[in-house]
Amino acid sequence: MTTTAIHSAAHRAAHPERLLEPDWAEITAITPETEDISTFWLRFDGAAVQERYRYQPGQFNMLYLPGYGEAAISISSDPHNPQRLVGHTIRFVGNVTRAISRLKAGDRLGMRGPFGVPWPMHAIEGKDVVIASGGIGLAPLRPAIYHILHNRERYSKVILVYGARTPRDLLYSNEYDSWRKADIDVQITVDRADETWSGRVGVVPMWFYHFRVDPRKTALLTCGPEIMIRFVVFEALARRIPTDQIYVSLERNMKCGQGACGHCQLGPYFICKDGPVFPFSALERYFNVEEF
Amino acid sequence: MIERHLAIDSAVSLPKNELDAVLSDLRQHGYQTVGPRLKDEGLVYAGIETLDDLPRGVISEQAAGTFRLVQAGQERYFDIIPGGQSWKQFLFPPRVTLFTARKNGHWRIESDGEPAPRYALIGVRACELAAIEIQDRAFMRADYCDPIYSARHRNLFIVAVNCLQPAGTCFCVSMGTGPRAERGYDLCLTELDDVFLVEIGSELGRSLLAKRSFEPASAFLQNAANQGLEQAAQQMGRRLDTSDLPDLLTKNLEAERWEQVGKRCLSCANCTLVCPTCFCWDTTDHTDLLGKITRRERVWDSCFNPSYSYVAGGNTRQAIRSRYRQWLTHKLGTWKEQYGTPGCVGCGRCITWCPAGIDLTEEIAALREEVKA
Amino acid sequence: MSDSIKPSVAVYKFSSCDGCQLSLLNLEDDLLDLAGAVDIAYFLEATRAVKPGPYEVAMVEGSVTTPHEAERIRQIRSEARFLIALGTCATAGGIQALRNFGNADELARMVYPHPEYLEYLDKSTAIAEHVKVDLEIWGCPVNKHLVLECTAALLQKRKPNLPQYTLCMECKLRGTTCVTVAQGMPCLGPAVQAGCGAICPANGRGCYGCFGPVAYANTESLTTTLRALDRYAGETALLLRNISGYAPAFRKAAETLFSAEVTSHKDPQ
Repeated sequence: MTTTAIHSAAHRAAHPERLLEPDWAEITAITPETEDISTFWLRFDGAAVQERYRYQPGQFNMLYLPGYGEAAISISSDPHNPQRLVGHTIRFVGNVTRAISRLKAGDRLGMRGPFGVPWPMHAIEGKDVVIASGGIGLAPLRPAIYHILHNRERYSKVILVYGARTPRDLLYSNEYDSWRKADIDVQITVDRADETWSGRVGVVPMWFYHFRVDPRKTALLTCGPEIMIRFVVFEALARRIPTDQIYVSLERNMKCGQGACGHCQLGPYFICKDGPVFPFSALERYFNVEEF
Repeated sequence: MIERHLAIDSAVSLPKNELDAVLSDLRQHGYQTVGPRLKDEGLVYAGIETLDDLPRGVISEQAAGTFRLVQAGQERYFDIIPGGQSWKQFLFPPRVTLFTARKNGHWRIESDGEPAPRYALIGVRACELAAIEIQDRAFMRADYCDPIYSARHRNLFIVAVNCLQPAGTCFCVSMGTGPRAERGYDLCLTELDDVFLVEIGSELGRSLLAKRSFEPASAFLQNAANQGLEQAAQQMGRRLDTSDLPDLLTKNLEAERWEQVGKRCLSCANCTLVCPTCFCWDTTDHTDLLGKITRRERVWDSCFNPSYSYVAGGNTRQAIRSRYRQWLTHKLGTWKEQYGTPGCVGCGRCITWCPAGIDLTEEIAALREEVKA
Repeated sequence: MSDSIKPSVAVYKFSSCDGCQLSLLNLEDDLLDLAGAVDIAYFLEATRAVKPGPYEVAMVEGSVTTPHEAERIRQIRSEARFLIALGTCATAGGIQALRNFGNADELARMVYPHPEYLEYLDKSTAIAEHVKVDLEIWGCPVNKHLVLECTAALLQKRKPNLPQYTLCMECKLRGTTCVTVAQGMPCLGPAVQAGCGAICPANGRGCYGCFGPVAYANTESLTTTLRALDRYAGETALLLRNISGYAPAFRKAAETLFSAEVTSHKDPQ
């Protein structure tokens, strides 16, 4: 939490008197991922900003396209990426992201960040790590996976359970083999198979019925559609994983990134500043309240 | 000679017309003097030059959903309890341009180079001082300092007024914020029949007052002021029992009462906009036709607006009930966890200016009854 | 930008007073910018020069009140990629939809010496009741700045900034004292879509809803408030039955009030 504050402060120090003013970044490459999702690789203009900018797994940036506005986008790249490229895996669903989808390599975007509390990569060292994610929810978890790859010896068993609607909606599928080689148990499932698919069919929470977790030494990281998160947490609790070892990344209407504009509140939390990653113990009270 | 005795925290008796000279001196110092003025059957905060601009002899009768100006038959300048505007408009403007971006090849940003205005707020009530303090915690945190708010705040001069005539929707006593202004002012007035009793809160306040012809405040005057304030404290139109807040709210999120108030609530956002502590804002881009110039603007927002809680896939608070619950639970509940204080100062604006007449003191009482039952 | 890639815009008039088209012409300097950015291919109120369709954008002012109009709107739709209903006649039937609450034939006999020469439909209806509408811009007349904004949004392929909140927001943003709370004046503001800039309350009168109901209008609660302020019997119901009176939310709210009124007349205490 402390390190996050320092990182976020680094951005603010750059423009203390200019509210919401972004730095500019160039799109160096675009990797198509699925029909409506691509990864945009951005590099800040200017060595000083590149030097200053550091992020941790699970944090997000606000990407800005003048006229269209800002969108909160999780960082999906490796924090240790030596080229200082910051990857954003973006689904084209809203006003801003559709406009971004029309950009090309060489175009520029405004970027503010990084924001938010990262995954607790240090706190969960020594544990079995279960990463449960669905759809584009894998994007903010990929930096965590990279972190584990760099520091594989610090974690015990590592299991990734990832699901998508169809095989064609799976993200980063060309990386699974390299993750498996690094001793990550990669379990992929789809809601609906097609003729190419010979793997598992079913939803992510079902995984808990096929494998045994040791609740005393397991930490769970989860991100995905809210309904999936609900059932994953339900299954994890049923297997007595402690609530403070279940980490959830939430999505709300993030606008300022600094806990100032009020939009992303959930109970006492500003998701953009106090989250997006929370231990479930902090959310328990509000999690099942409808429309809260 | 008297000036030697004039110290911060001391009090003097000032003939009323001397305040005109104080206002004039403030303008000499570069301040815009703003205070209460009558407009369109309401009370607004706008530029004032002299005491003549103030609503002399007028009070406001306030109840849930109604505000009426009434001739009181007295000659005082500051007897009126404020209307739907609050001072937050001067620190946190309803609309403000953040920057302009121009595209010429690549985008370039031009910042608004205008210096922050200097406002002297004349007639700030104790509850309103408390409201400014509460907004300070939201806008001037250790980890986030709003440049617009803080620059305007640095430039403030505040003349507070002690409340002697609370209105029907007031409950500052319940919230511990009034009726006496305790701190956060440069000068503080208690208006008696013939003079202002003036307390000095800052060096600038002291130096402005030192130039005026005043008398030391007699024990009689001080006594009269104290008595007036004690009386005012007894005359609160509303009460709010805060003993079990915030738990009463955060532990009863599924109470039946939310359904009932959700049926009455218009989701019109009035309560949040008149509230002197509500701080939520949104940003909008305004472009020219071809999208080569974009002006990014910050605008007041409200948790009652559907776009407020919009995420990809829809509004997370579809029902009006959920939006009202969000507002009240934040205001009197989770605010405390965020900022160490409730978000309510007991000014009663949200009660008076709700067209449907929803009264949060009534809602809390009803929720408590329901939970007890 | 050369003419060839400028999107073509056609402006059509249906049953209406022409006020919304006039709002376009009133854009003054902005009209020149507009004419530079789009190809105004069909706009009889502005020019008799007409270019043939199909058009990129059709802006339709007015409501559908005759069999001929019902036919014509289908034709226009088939020639336009993007169709905008412009103004409250086009979005809710307009003031002429007042006749929807009575009997059209009876009204025709009352007004015209030879109603047999008239061809009209039973009801005055919104464009969206006849064809698919891509964007509705409410108002009587429309706010010309919003029309410009929508055009800009179309040109830039983005969502237009149309306020989605109530009129009360606009009153408060400009510092207007609430006319209902401070003067007991009936005002539909809490149930009305913002967009006009809250002109009426700023000029000392209540809102009569020409921008139409906000999506989440709580008319039940608002009419409870307003009926207590009625200066004559049925004032609130009549306020709802105004320019946007045929918009479903206002139509239902007024019906409820009228039927309650009838019941109370039948059953005097």
